[in-house]
Amino acid sequence: MSAFGESVSTAANLIASADPALMRIVALSLSVSGSACLFAAGFGLFGGAGLAVARFRGYRILVLLLNTLLALPSVVVGLVVYLLLSRSGPLGSLGILFTPTAMVIAQTILVLPVVAALTRQLVADALRGSGDQLRSMGAGPLTRALLMLVHERWAVLLVLLAAFGRAIAEVGAVMIVGGNIDGVTRVMTTTIALETSKGDLPLALALGLVLLLVVALINALIALVQSLQKGSAVR
Amino acid sequence: MTTPRSPSTAIDPPKESGLAWGASARRPISDPALIELRDVTVRFRDVRALDAVTLDVRTGERVALLGSNGSGKTTLLRVLHGLQRCEGERVLHVATKQAMVFQRPFLLRLSVWANMMIALWLAKVPAGERADLAHAALHRVGIADLRDRPARVLSLGQQQRLALARAWAVRPRLLFLDEPTASLDPGAKREVEALIEEFAAEGMTVVMSTHNLGQAKRLASRVVYLEGGRLIVDLPTDHFFNDRLPEEAALFLKGELHWT
Amino acid sequence: MDMTHIHGRWLRCLVALGPLVAGQATLAQDKFIVMASTTSTEQSGLFAHLLPQFTQATGIQVRVVAQGTGQALDMGRRGDADIVFVHDQAAEEKFVAEGFGLQRRPVMYNDFVLVGPKADPAGVKGKDITAGLSKLAAANAPFISRGDKSGTHAAELRYWKAANVDLAAKKPPGYQECGCGMGPALNIGASSNAYVLTDRGTWLSFKNRADLAVLVEGDKRLFNQYGVIVVNQALHPHVKKDLAQVFGDWVVSPAGQNTIAAYKVGGEQLFFPNAGQ
Repeated sequence: MSAFGESVSTAANLIASADPALMRIVALSLSVSGSACLFAAGFGLFGGAGLAVARFRGYRILVLLLNTLLALPSVVVGLVVYLLLSRSGPLGSLGILFTPTAMVIAQTILVLPVVAALTRQLVADALRGSGDQLRSMGAGPLTRALLMLVHERWAVLLVLLAAFGRAIAEVGAVMIVGGNIDGVTRVMTTTIALETSKGDLPLALALGLVLLLVVALINALIALVQSLQKGSAVR
Repeated sequence: MTTPRSPSTAIDPPKESGLAWGASARRPISDPALIELRDVTVRFRDVRALDAVTLDVRTGERVALLGSNGSGKTTLLRVLHGLQRCEGERVLHVATKQAMVFQRPFLLRLSVWANMMIALWLAKVPAGERADLAHAALHRVGIADLRDRPARVLSLGQQQRLALARAWAVRPRLLFLDEPTASLDPGAKREVEALIEEFAAEGMTVVMSTHNLGQAKRLASRVVYLEGGRLIVDLPTDHFFNDRLPEEAALFLKGELHWT
Repeated sequence: MDMTHIHGRWLRCLVALGPLVAGQATLAQDKFIVMASTTSTEQSGLFAHLLPQFTQATGIQVRVVAQGTGQALDMGRRGDADIVFVHDQAAEEKFVAEGFGLQRRPVMYNDFVLVGPKADPAGVKGKDITAGLSKLAAANAPFISRGDKSGTHAAELRYWKAANVDLAAKKPPGYQECGCGMGPALNIGASSNAYVLTDRGTWLSFKNRADLAVLVEGDKRLFNQYGVIVVNQALHPHVKKDLAQVFGDWVVSPAGQNTIAAYKVGGEQLFFPNAGQ
């Protein structure tokens, strides 16, 4: 039990002293996973909404594939992106392996299915009650789907939070395409892995606590925004 | 073969045809039909929601679709409006702007004003005209002071008036209503009926489903009675309520008369 | 239209993007090379001591990707590293012979130690590694091998061979392979009271020792030689040969060698420069 106690006090000290190395690592984690979430949202929200109203041949197979990709292991994504970006690979001349850009690409690929699959489901469900009336008012299929994104924006936000959580908590992809380079591509999860392998378990746990705290802070901010909107939106 | 016409492709009647609100009221009811249904059947699995229905809707009419739950009123409305595919023939004679009001209106989780503006945007009203039209529509139905409220906190009666405002704003030639007052209390019901009557007087052709006989008597010029998906009776109102009717219809009248 | 609450979500993501863009901008301006090295070298803390000196002297940043020797050399073969710095002489010479690297230069050596439970049930304690391993096998004592093609793993296999234990034919009953790095292997050893062959550097900075202690050390055969190789640009045009060469030259120069010698953990020197030899 002492390891847990030690890690809590270590976490408190790290935060209180605003350790600059830690701050940099936290900032990088947030920006890599935040960017990935942003790009995944761009493609995934529209893709998911589009799939919800799609009726072309084979769309059911696409949905099956999408739902399967929810279980994509992060380390597999890392490997695939590594092989693509490696200098002996097709995109090697871009020179972005072992940079934060590669990490953003890998995490975007990882969480895109999360956003798309969940969005597809929630738009399809929302349209069940509203599709006819919107059609009556002159809305085409894609317009109906996009209106559902607006209508169900709190559910959409939760989907994005889930995607962000998946991104910021993963270690397999960022380790392989980032290389865990000190000061360049070291993020919270790779630091935790490193400290664990060095045997410094209390520090590793402490960093895990810091990670959770950072995400909790973000969620609290969102809840605050939500409560301020209470009058206008939630019914 | 069907010729379903999605409402979104319906074109506004050209201005020179003189379709201001008053004009169509002056037209005699024997005008050619707006919509014709010939031998229309709708099947869901092995249930026939509509069974070989033949029906015309003419300009200026106020048609009440009467029948108990499951008689096919809603399906018939959806077929007329173009929301439902069917076997048989559906012919839209004039490119007609249509709108529909449902029993429980779907409102987006936005303000009343935003719902109005989106409806106008969907109806392809030019951007410059939208604000004025939205304003006029909300005033017309009497909820202008609620424009910044979230649409979903309105009472059911106010929501239904918003739905009517949405419909009115796109200046439909043909207005469908699916049991518009079924969920409302008597006061709200009166308000909504008053609006429907005024729209009809302004020249809108109205097709409305109801199981309220009194409402049919008050509002309709023609009554169509459905049972089990089949069209049993199709008569002008005074004939419907005074002549001798087929047995099923007569029973329906007897059963409902308590509740008028 | 009332869309303001949607903007909050986008704002959050944009704010997160800011530091990334800013960071990338500054990174792109620095000169840097990617060095593939081993976990043992990085975890010993040598690089944190050595590399800033190099950057200060030359303005070139060194980005270290730390993994096992085998993977580090593979990275060099793919051209994803500009320079490799590992400790498996046979594998390094093969790397150069195959044309993936330009020239191998010795840099420094450290030593391996055999750690195990303080009580030493197999009686391995002493200065002879082969004798110790023989006793280990005979006693069926638990042993954790890294099993990951690392320099340490290669050395371990050489010692077993010298002790006349044929691992391919029959592994001793207590022999377990984790396919992992030095730290995790020590973690497993610490929690299961097993013997582990480790480099001194990792051991000195390892915090989770439990009941383990150094049992065999000082055998000349336990010396572990490090070499540096610049990756061959001919195979991969984007390899930064010139910058990598600067590092290769510096680390064997008196400046580099002295910096290596100056690195101490708990008062003990970990690495012994031997570039001239």
